[in-house]
Amino acid sequence: MYPAYMEESKHKVEVTREKRLKETFPRITDEEKTPLLQQYHPDFIEEGMRELLAGPNKGDRTPNEMAELLEGNSRVDPDKVDLDKIDYDVDVLIIGCGGAGASAALLAQENGANVLLATKLRLGDANTVGAQAGTQAADRPNDSLTIHYLDTIGGGRFTNVPELVESLVKDAPSVIKWLEELGVCWDKNPDGTMHELSGGGASRLRLHSCRDYTGLEEMRVLRDEVKNRQIDYLEFSPAIELIMDNKGQIAGAILVNLETNELSLVRAKAVVMATGGMGRLHIQGFPTTNHYGATADGLVLAYRAGAELIFIDTMQYHPTGAAYPVQILGQLVTEKVRTLGAQLVNIDGDQFIMPLEPRDVVASAIIRECQGRHKGIETPTGEVGVWLDSPMIDIIRGEGTVARELPAMVRQFSRFNIDIAKEPMLVYPTLHYQNGGIKIDTDGATTVPGLFAAGEVEGGVHGKNRLIGNSTLDIFVFGRRAGRAAAQYANKVKLGSPTLDHVRRWQRELEQAGIAKLRPISPKLLPDYARQPYDYLTGYTREKLTIGQVKLA
Amino acid sequence: MAEQVQMIDIYIMGKHYQVPEGLTILTALEYCGYRMIRGCGCRAGFCGACATVYNFKNDPQLRYDLACQKTVEQDMYLTQIPFFPAAKALYNLEELKPDGEQVLALYPDLEKCFGCNTCTKTCPQDLEVMWFMSDALRGDIREVANKSFDCVMCGLCAARCPQGLVPYNYALLCRRLYGHYLAPASKHLEDRIAEIEAGKFDAEIEELKRMDESELRRRYAQREIEPAY
Repeated sequence: MYPAYMEESKHKVEVTREKRLKETFPRITDEEKTPLLQQYHPDFIEEGMRELLAGPNKGDRTPNEMAELLEGNSRVDPDKVDLDKIDYDVDVLIIGCGGAGASAALLAQENGANVLLATKLRLGDANTVGAQAGTQAADRPNDSLTIHYLDTIGGGRFTNVPELVESLVKDAPSVIKWLEELGVCWDKNPDGTMHELSGGGASRLRLHSCRDYTGLEEMRVLRDEVKNRQIDYLEFSPAIELIMDNKGQIAGAILVNLETNELSLVRAKAVVMATGGMGRLHIQGFPTTNHYGATADGLVLAYRAGAELIFIDTMQYHPTGAAYPVQILGQLVTEKVRTLGAQLVNIDGDQFIMPLEPRDVVASAIIRECQGRHKGIETPTGEVGVWLDSPMIDIIRGEGTVARELPAMVRQFSRFNIDIAKEPMLVYPTLHYQNGGIKIDTDGATTVPGLFAAGEVEGGVHGKNRLIGNSTLDIFVFGRRAGRAAAQYANKVKLGSPTLDHVRRWQRELEQAGIAKLRPISPKLLPDYARQPYDYLTGYTREKLTIGQVKLA
Repeated sequence: MAEQVQMIDIYIMGKHYQVPEGLTILTALEYCGYRMIRGCGCRAGFCGACATVYNFKNDPQLRYDLACQKTVEQDMYLTQIPFFPAAKALYNLEELKPDGEQVLALYPDLEKCFGCNTCTKTCPQDLEVMWFMSDALRGDIREVANKSFDCVMCGLCAARCPQGLVPYNYALLCRRLYGHYLAPASKHLEDRIAEIEAGKFDAEIEELKRMDESELRRRYAQREIEPAY
């Protein structure tokens, strides 16, 4: 239920609906796009970013919150770790278990490797489960790999690494088939054709979905398969440092048991980093759609081991996070709502952007509408948003479409007495995705021998802006590639003697730059949401959270 | 337009706290100083990590929900649910048959369901758990897949089942059987995979990979957009 004062604007949305149903808002031109992004996209706010002062990407700009952690101090004192006391000795260690980590584990095992999977929370606690809309693959007769390639690279502002985009679009149909053979239930028509939908920046209907629980369905199946294949796994055991050898190769990792703080050492011939993104850093104070563990840990570890990063100056703000009610502030309102026909509308009931532009464009247009043109709707807690006119969906596609296609969204809003089939949703951009990350090649190999990366933690595939449905594709394409390549690499590498000299060198570099004492300990592992004066894990004293921060749900 | 925040009384494992009105159970725990390790995942109602039970000071009836989605109310008694063990059969999907006998062979305990409906009453997703249990007993794999599709596998049904059954794992098996064996085949997908393997798109992709940015921009701007509906 919306507060009474919003009724006037909500009424305008209803009144203008009939006119808008016949209205096609023009697509943005190349000439209009650049100034819109530069003026309103958070990536272009100068004071939000700074140059890195240490490491392989020294001099590159990245959000302040990320820079602090990338320049962070190790949790480990190298002189106090006995690297001869090995707890696990494996061919391939996978760090992180979302879609990418699980895929890598399965493929590494299939390729003969002895695999250990270590993850910070539970198997499958990852952004994958929150991915609602679908997975792209150009498999319809009027579609082609070329069109998927062009959509992806245009959405990425023509900055994507071409070879990675090629891998992405080429593997896509076989990924869909692989998932189906594992038992994923795709939405299909009775004749077996896939029920596919459009998406922002996609020029064909190419989204394969499982209601609006696509990522959940994919993850449930992969997690079950990891268990069926009896791959060893450790939950609540994040990596806090990589181990290298005297030849500069990756040689394993140090894990910590989050509940007991016990350290364990893994010797591994290859490591696949699949730790996901950084939404829980709340870049520029944005709320986020990301899961609890999205704290950029893998970026920090890989960076400290010498891996180059790419496009770390671009974050994705999903255009439609919930702006009301406050309990679900910033949580994802899937792009599928727009895909199915809902328009974005301001306080007067007018459209201001074509709803299926790429995400950076739509997010910027919403911010312009609220901050620049003051045509947003303010909530009782001081947030601002625009309407996402979901009732249009049933009008366009027939009664019952919302219930059938968007059960998660219906459920989420009905808890607060909002019927999205009858009433619009109030939305505002929310921190969603790390476009860049660890630089990889088409096998997921990073610039450090023996270190592979897959999924949101890597960068280059999506350039400076990812399209809908290309993330739940990326995790499987590059998870599979990295798992396979890591197993093959492990089969032939000869490890030297293990060392943490890279950590010593890192600490020296921080001290030489005069920043060691100024920076926090990283990886961060978990966000600081608890309102408590002392953190036993880091020894850092924190200010108490205000109510305003608590609402970062 | 920010309103004055009202404080309400809640009890976490019996201990009294005051928290601002409008928090979820999860953010209320954090407001009171609890640093979550277990019992917290996607924070958006999809992962099932934060399944919780609660009741009220003067009302012992247990209620069930996801801590990240449920708003706290005056006099609520809260707790964190510990890890709850649940049986999961190990299987090779390729070697199974998509029928009820198969489900019973892997999960013979399924027959112990006596239809008390506790699972349905417990489900925070409001799924008809008991009905899909009975579909499973009848071997209607498709209906189990359909009715259980929105399951977040939070485990509350298993935690409360008086017979110790694990409905969410039976449902997962049925959905995988449906996806693998029973869903109608997608010929256009097979065709496209064959085309890719035959190298049909290789030359075009090579051309795009080598194309300069201005030409790519031109091609992008000129691409034909298929109507969304």
